[in-house]
Amino acid sequence: MTNSTPAPQTPLLQVRHLCKYFPIMSKGFARKQIGAVKAVDDVNFDLMRGETLGLVGESGSGKTTCARTILRALAPTSGQAIFDTGDGVVDLAQVSEKDLKPLRQKMQMVFQDPFSSLNPRMTVGDIVGEPLVIHKLARGKELQDRVDEMLLKVGLRPEHRQRYPHAFSGGQRQRIGIARALIMKPSLVVADEAVSALDVSVQAQVINLLADLQDEFNLTYLFVAHDLSVVRHICDRVAVMYAGKIVELAESEELFENPRHPYSQALLSAVPSIDPDIKMNFDIGGEVADAGKLPPGCPFHPRCPHRFEPCDKVVPWLEPVEGSTTRTACHLYIPPEKIAAAGAAQAGSN
Amino acid sequence: MTNDTVLQIEDLKTYFYTEQGEIPAVDGVTVSLQRGKVLALVGESGCGKSVTSYSILRLIRPPGKIVGGKILFFPSDGVEPVDIAGLDETSDALYSVRGGHISMIFQEPMTALSPVHTINNQISEAILLHQDVTPAQAREMAIEMLRKVGIPGAERRIDQYPHEMSGGMRQRVVIAMALVCNPEILIADEPTTALDVTIQGQILKLIKDLVSERGTSVVFITHDLGVVAQVADDVAVMYLGRVVEKSDVRGVLKTPLHPYTMSLLQSLPGLGHRGARLPAIRGSVPNLTDIPPGCPFHPRCPHAVRGRCDVGDRPALRTFSNGGQAACVRVEEIHPHVHEVGHSNDPRVAPATV
Ligand SMILES: Nc1ncnc2c1ncn2[C@@H]1O[C@H](COP(=O)(O)OP(=O)(O)OP(=O)(O)O)[C@@H](O)[C@H]1O
Ligand SMILES: Nc1ncnc2c1ncn2[C@@H]1O[C@H](COP(=O)(O)OP(=O)(O)OP(=O)(O)O)[C@@H](O)[C@H]1O
Ligand code: SF4
Ligand code: SF4
Ligand SMILES: [Mg+2]
Ligand SMILES: [Mg+2]
Repeated sequence: MTNSTPAPQTPLLQVRHLCKYFPIMSKGFARKQIGAVKAVDDVNFDLMRGETLGLVGESGSGKTTCARTILRALAPTSGQAIFDTGDGVVDLAQVSEKDLKPLRQKMQMVFQDPFSSLNPRMTVGDIVGEPLVIHKLARGKELQDRVDEMLLKVGLRPEHRQRYPHAFSGGQRQRIGIARALIMKPSLVVADEAVSALDVSVQAQVINLLADLQDEFNLTYLFVAHDLSVVRHICDRVAVMYAGKIVELAESEELFENPRHPYSQALLSAVPSIDPDIKMNFDIGGEVADAGKLPPGCPFHPRCPHRFEPCDKVVPWLEPVEGSTTRTACHLYIPPEKIAAAGAAQAGSN
Repeated sequence: MTNDTVLQIEDLKTYFYTEQGEIPAVDGVTVSLQRGKVLALVGESGCGKSVTSYSILRLIRPPGKIVGGKILFFPSDGVEPVDIAGLDETSDALYSVRGGHISMIFQEPMTALSPVHTINNQISEAILLHQDVTPAQAREMAIEMLRKVGIPGAERRIDQYPHEMSGGMRQRVVIAMALVCNPEILIADEPTTALDVTIQGQILKLIKDLVSERGTSVVFITHDLGVVAQVADDVAVMYLGRVVEKSDVRGVLKTPLHPYTMSLLQSLPGLGHRGARLPAIRGSVPNLTDIPPGCPFHPRCPHAVRGRCDVGDRPALRTFSNGGQAACVRVEEIHPHVHEVGHSNDPRVAPATV
């Protein structure tokens, strides 16, 4: 989904040092905190207007938590999420609940499960129009007109307004969810596994729809997904998460053609090709990382085929890869003297 | 059919009788599994993959019922083939089929695991039921099997409960349970769909090793065509309870004959260039209570011709010169390089079947 108009490159969203930790409590009566799940740990990225940024990584790597923390559906532990409202910037991490409410109109989420995310007792018209009612933006005839218009936009018909979600197929329900998200004319849409539950044939329809709507409304997408071929198809840039951190941030083509981080390489090589003559990598070894019990140093080091001396001691950070726009968090790409300096600093802070 | 068939499903029909009426979830499926090979059943949600596999083990419960067809199992010890579909519900023969000859990995690992029993309890129970060993020996066998499926620290893990494990580990426990009786046939229903690709790779490798080392035959159910390409020898594509195409894996994925298979492959992202429109299939899968007449795919088919595709019985599976079979009346018009080489041994092909 490329944006053809070269918009001025002001980020719509700047995420800085964002952290979300969940407490781990002891068992028994006197429950006290004995640790933390670092679900999102010092995440940094910019989201440009009109672009689609993919967020990928294995289950439990923090994709959903990251998205929800940005939207303040979860309170961040620390960090910033600076959002350009159109007339000024606000830090979503700091803003009060009261000031947040009008901002929520500009940020909408489309969920994975088209079955459970729609209230079965509401008609499609009520579901799609509800955000306008909550924010007191329209009622009566105007409300109806806007609902009808939105239904048409997502490929449903105005007469569907009276029906209940159970009368629709999975793909149609996902369209209802999209209509509901877009009726507020948001600038930022977070799609969390929005096409993952759909059958291939319907998935393609919904992907095309998302692309059309992006063109029409100049939407910015944060696209959370685990299906890498879908991500490759629609994202301009991709952030790869591992154990709560972004380990690689790259332009889409660059990532898929030339992944730099050993985890990105493992992830891409494990995707089964539909060509029986191209063999996938069946066994990268090791267990998925446990965000509640991370190893010291690079969180990927127990599984990494390239690990070397500093890897189990010094935590790597996102550094630009020479001669490319990619940034990655791996000691292979960081000059030794920087690693040594960081090692001393990190040892000092523990 | 070659003569090393281990499982031959013939014209299987499994229907559900509900308030909405009769639901022909599986309606005349004919497929065969070769010994030591992997047969993939693929198709979109609701096409009847799980119902087919449940039927093989006779796990269909009311309101469902096998209403027709045969499920012939040819044991390797050379004794007479058994028609599983015809076995008595309480017979020893069915018990031994379920307990030892054919094992199943279910779509959702937690349905196969009891949350209140340790892993040892659950695996040992399966062993003790069917093999003449002591509990201590069963425990040793269980640990050995956990190791084989790649569970680190098997001696420790064996005394844990399922909720203490990750999803990928639980799925491997379920696989260990399915394998501990050394089955001749393994039915794996979406065994990796809920897993990360890296863990999926480990499990696929395990299944491939089983086939090459023990000669196990596998029915592998999935909707992921990439997984199919990597594990299957033969593929049957299902649509609305019926097989619409079958062939070897290269045939189905590289030179598909049926327009449904062709459309599915084209609608996958990642083939065309980034951002291009995907050639989606129009419409959606119809309801099983409302199956279109003629070819059931005709309302969505880009090659449909009025008066030929939308009338009469559903098209029969025909065999073509490239070795593939497809249930489409227009195969040789759409693919001028192939021609029909006769009917398959599919009983559905006989005219005047409903
Ligand atoms: N409310 C919560 N309380 C405690 N831990 C949580 C909570 N929500 C998420 N976590 C933990 O945070 C980590 C990140 O979870 P998250 O759901 O963000 O992962 P994800 O990348 O979206 O995974 P998936 O691909 O499975 O959706 C996991 O270890 C998870 O167990
Ligand atoms: N207990 C039941 N009662 C009524 N209908 C049923 C029942 N079980 C299955 N069906 C119907 O049978 C059809 C086939 O279901 P099945 O579970 O075999 O699909 P599947 O191909 O395995 O799909 P998925 O990819 O979603 O697992 C479905 O349309 C379903 O509605
Ligand atoms: S920092 Fe070391 S362990 Fe981590 S990915 Fe790079 S090479 Fe591997
Ligand atoms: S029979 Fe007709 S409608 Fe059916 S797949 Fe063939 S061309 Fe398409
Ligand atoms: Mg998630
Ligand atoms: Mg199923």
